[in-house]
Amino acid sequence: MAKLTFSIGGIHPADSKRARDCKIETLPLPPKVYVSMFQHLGAMAKPVVAVGDHVKAGQMIAEPGGFISAYIHSPVSGTVTAIGPRKDLAGFNQMHVEIQVEGDEWAEGIDLGPELVTAIPEDRDFILDRIKMNGVVGLGGATFPTHVKLNPPPGKKADCLIINGAECEPFLTSDFRILLERTDEIVVGAAIMQKVLGGCPCVIGIEENKPEALAAVRASLQRLGYPGIRVETLKKRYPQGGEKQLIDAVMHRQVRSGGLPIDVGAVVQNVATSLAVYEAVQKNKPLVTNVLTVTGDVIDPARQHNYLFRIGMPLSFIAEYAGGVPEGTKKIVSGGPMMGKAIANMDAATVKGSSSILYLGAATQRHAATPCISCGRCADACPMGLEPFLLKKLYAASDVEGLEKNAAQDCIECGCCQYSCPAYVPLLDNIRMAKAQVMAVIRARNAKK
Amino acid sequence: MTNTIIWTVVILTVLGLVLSLVLFWVARKFRVEEDPRIDDIEKTLPGANCGGCGFAGCRAFADAAVKAGNLDSNYCPVGGAEVMKKVAAILGCEVAESAPMVAVVRCAGSCQARPKINEYQGERSCKVKAGLYGGDTGCLFGCLGCGDCVAACAFGALSMNGETGLPEVDESKCTACGKCTAACPKHIIELRNKGPRGIREFVSCVNKDKGPAVRKACSAACIGCGLCAKTCTHDAITLADNVAYIDFAKCKLCRECEAVCPTGAIHGVGFPKPLDKEAVKQRIAERKAKAAEAAKLETAVKKEDNNG
Amino acid sequence: MDKMIVSPSPHLHAKASTASIMRDVVIALSPAIIVSILFYGWSEILVLAVSAVSCVALEWLIARYLMKRPELFSGSSALVTGLLLAMNLPATTPWWIVIVGAIVAIGIAKMSFGGLGQNIFNPAITARVFLLISFPVQMTNWTAPKGFIGGIDAVSGATPLGIIKEGLKSGQTIPQVLAGNGMDVHMILRDIGGSAGEISALALLAGFIYLLVRKVVKPWIPLSILVTIAVVAAIFNGIDPEHFTSPNFNLMTGGVLLGALFMATDYVTSPMSNWGGVVFGVGIGLIVMMIRYFGSYPEGMSFAILIMNCFVPLINRAFHQKKYGRA
Repeated sequence: MAKLTFSIGGIHPADSKRARDCKIETLPLPPKVYVSMFQHLGAMAKPVVAVGDHVKAGQMIAEPGGFISAYIHSPVSGTVTAIGPRKDLAGFNQMHVEIQVEGDEWAEGIDLGPELVTAIPEDRDFILDRIKMNGVVGLGGATFPTHVKLNPPPGKKADCLIINGAECEPFLTSDFRILLERTDEIVVGAAIMQKVLGGCPCVIGIEENKPEALAAVRASLQRLGYPGIRVETLKKRYPQGGEKQLIDAVMHRQVRSGGLPIDVGAVVQNVATSLAVYEAVQKNKPLVTNVLTVTGDVIDPARQHNYLFRIGMPLSFIAEYAGGVPEGTKKIVSGGPMMGKAIANMDAATVKGSSSILYLGAATQRHAATPCISCGRCADACPMGLEPFLLKKLYAASDVEGLEKNAAQDCIECGCCQYSCPAYVPLLDNIRMAKAQVMAVIRARNAKK
Repeated sequence: MTNTIIWTVVILTVLGLVLSLVLFWVARKFRVEEDPRIDDIEKTLPGANCGGCGFAGCRAFADAAVKAGNLDSNYCPVGGAEVMKKVAAILGCEVAESAPMVAVVRCAGSCQARPKINEYQGERSCKVKAGLYGGDTGCLFGCLGCGDCVAACAFGALSMNGETGLPEVDESKCTACGKCTAACPKHIIELRNKGPRGIREFVSCVNKDKGPAVRKACSAACIGCGLCAKTCTHDAITLADNVAYIDFAKCKLCRECEAVCPTGAIHGVGFPKPLDKEAVKQRIAERKAKAAEAAKLETAVKKEDNNG
Repeated sequence: MDKMIVSPSPHLHAKASTASIMRDVVIALSPAIIVSILFYGWSEILVLAVSAVSCVALEWLIARYLMKRPELFSGSSALVTGLLLAMNLPATTPWWIVIVGAIVAIGIAKMSFGGLGQNIFNPAITARVFLLISFPVQMTNWTAPKGFIGGIDAVSGATPLGIIKEGLKSGQTIPQVLAGNGMDVHMILRDIGGSAGEISALALLAGFIYLLVRKVVKPWIPLSILVTIAVVAAIFNGIDPEHFTSPNFNLMTGGVLLGALFMATDYVTSPMSNWGGVVFGVGIGLIVMMIRYFGSYPEGMSFAILIMNCFVPLINRAFHQKKYGRA
């Protein structure tokens, strides 16, 4: 069968999935958790509990702060000890709810049993409501509220639901592990979302470097027998799992600049989101757990782990449990090495979208930039077909008009340009700023209209 | 041979004449009528085209001034009062007096006072760094030290001090155009009154965190204790978001706040003598004692009145 | 615990760097360098050494003392310029002319534009053209000195292209010229006389294939140059074989291969996009053939590359990447 891939640019960084054989383990509970009120795209959530309140695991503790926002639930049972600013992993102050852990008692109405529920509810609104009330957000990186994405605006119809199992970032293995260990649940989750979208075809895309996952999903599909769901093998190429790239690869359609995937009839959801949707709809379980990988290029292979964590656990607690920071670590990253964030504060708490603690050694150090030699590698690598070298020049000249004309706003910040630049020019550092500048101009213009 | 030379001369002369006529005609035909005052004003202006006035250069400033017919919304911070008087003379209008200003860096978090807790690697730009994370020190509000302000200054008035890691303003070069205040993503640089003979007092910190957290991050920071505000007899100091601010319009440069500040976050600049903290503190103590006595007396008098 | 690094993503970097690319180019040039040393002996080694050393030294001196920006010294790229310049010169070039060439290449063509990445013209070619115009005798009188391996008699005189041009000027036809000079067109392995880089097509090709495999260069520029030359030559040669040389002959002589494979593909002075490269290559091919057939210089590769260098910014502006979602 032909392997699918996107049509422009891309790079081939080393796979480095060193933790691929580590089974998912459940972490113990820390003495205290810190639940951020800002763990989704859009408006900050508003806490609905007060200091001194007793909460159960899975109990709603914050409500959406706007249309694009999400409910947040307590990951543990215990007492709320503080509500206030606390530093996130970048060192910025964010509103957190601090909960002292006492026992592990779950709120009523949550099915914690292991049995698979395959019967999908008939009522579309019921499903959407469950997804919304259980605080499900996209777990592929952007943490966009899932109920909004699954509810296309009137006049727009989904032609294809793409379940993103590409996991194209090096090192990360959490998606791979759940594809292996929670296969059936992910497939049921996909079938639920398919139903919500009006029964459009569904494609589960998995990169070729995960043959076990491909086989497991194929077997599960056969077993469960949902119609209209198929698996496609994707080429190993970064950023295969980028939303726009995946749509190009699977549907051979391209989202217009400034448009949304639904404009070309596409809805893309991550496999972890699919699992969260399953738990929310079939088990009424809120999104308070996720899987993260502890790995890196300097860590002892035996100390690598895939952990089922609860949101709000301090990163330092998980790192400590996994055996501390390995020797030779120069940088700790949360997320993949291409798009993840360097952690400035290990005391920060995990959020719904946390996907890894990555220990990177000396290889991650930046080199001093040397002059651009016009080799054109950045332009060849850009999956959006942009010309990073030109964008950097235009940004240095503060030419916002030129930046917009050359589509700086289309940048998906995948990092391919900076990765491939032989002169070590910090292209993305600058283009990110340029993009923000152009976006501000576009927003101001649209506001005027 | 001679023929060739003669022909060459003739042809070139004729060509030159014809082209000059064409040029003359084009210049006449496409001349744009402009108020000559625009040119005059532009010549008077410093010509730095820095944009400190809010216009896209000196020509745009002149154009706007002539169109408006007054100088209500035009002020050249670079040229200052002297240039503005000349411009006003050209336009035949009045100009509001404005005190000379200077850029002030409100962060004293030197490498020593504010230890680094991580190492930043990436484009050396405060904007990039500020967008990425809270910074390489425990302070979220302080100077990031990448020198965006230095790069923004068209007059070479700013420079990075290698020892402290903070920018420094050369007062003789600073024109208060405001480019650096716009370039600083942390809004640390403020344009303040230069003060009489260059003497001024300011709080060199913008950290809005609570006292204990601030103390942990930086030893030179304002911890928002409010001692200065309580001491000030001119009502010049306000305390908001855990940080003090001195209103330069009200400050009388008595240096009392500077003397009582427990962290030394209040800086005095340009004073002829160094601050004698003890003397000032004693002065404050004496005044307070006097006030207390007066208050006691007053209550005593009141009591007597009530009794009587 | 050490202080951790914090930086914006990406946190990984590809292995290739400017230095590693330049190293690959040096490796790619080495077969041709070895062959030319074998053929031309000590004098070739001298030219190579003087050129390489003076280019690197000059760049360092200029960056350090003239521009006062030592970070502009690139080292590896100056070495490549030096080697390419040497390969463009006859082995008999006096050392002082080589140094003059280095001064033009590094001082004028490269550093005066702002150093690596800023130059408009290919430094080695600029120097070659400067020397060609300034020292026509030394630059065109190809006397092959004794090499390390035998096989060719020391032939003195002009290059094949030069001989033919002279012959055509004096009213002879090409077959007459060739017969009169005892030449045939089998010059795949080695030229009769010429600059070091022109001597072995196979060695040059081998080096270029290495660059292709290492993905240092893309084939579009050389391919379009060679195809254009072949097509133009085939048309003219087909119409009038007596006055226009054959495609084979044109591809193998006058530094076409060295120019097409190693000089025209210089990153800095060639277009970035694939289609831009094709336009660039076709332009070079056309100009070379126009100079050879109708101009007064016998070859023209250098001029063609320099002329097309001027158009690179324009070509870059005209040809852009295909953007996602903007069809």
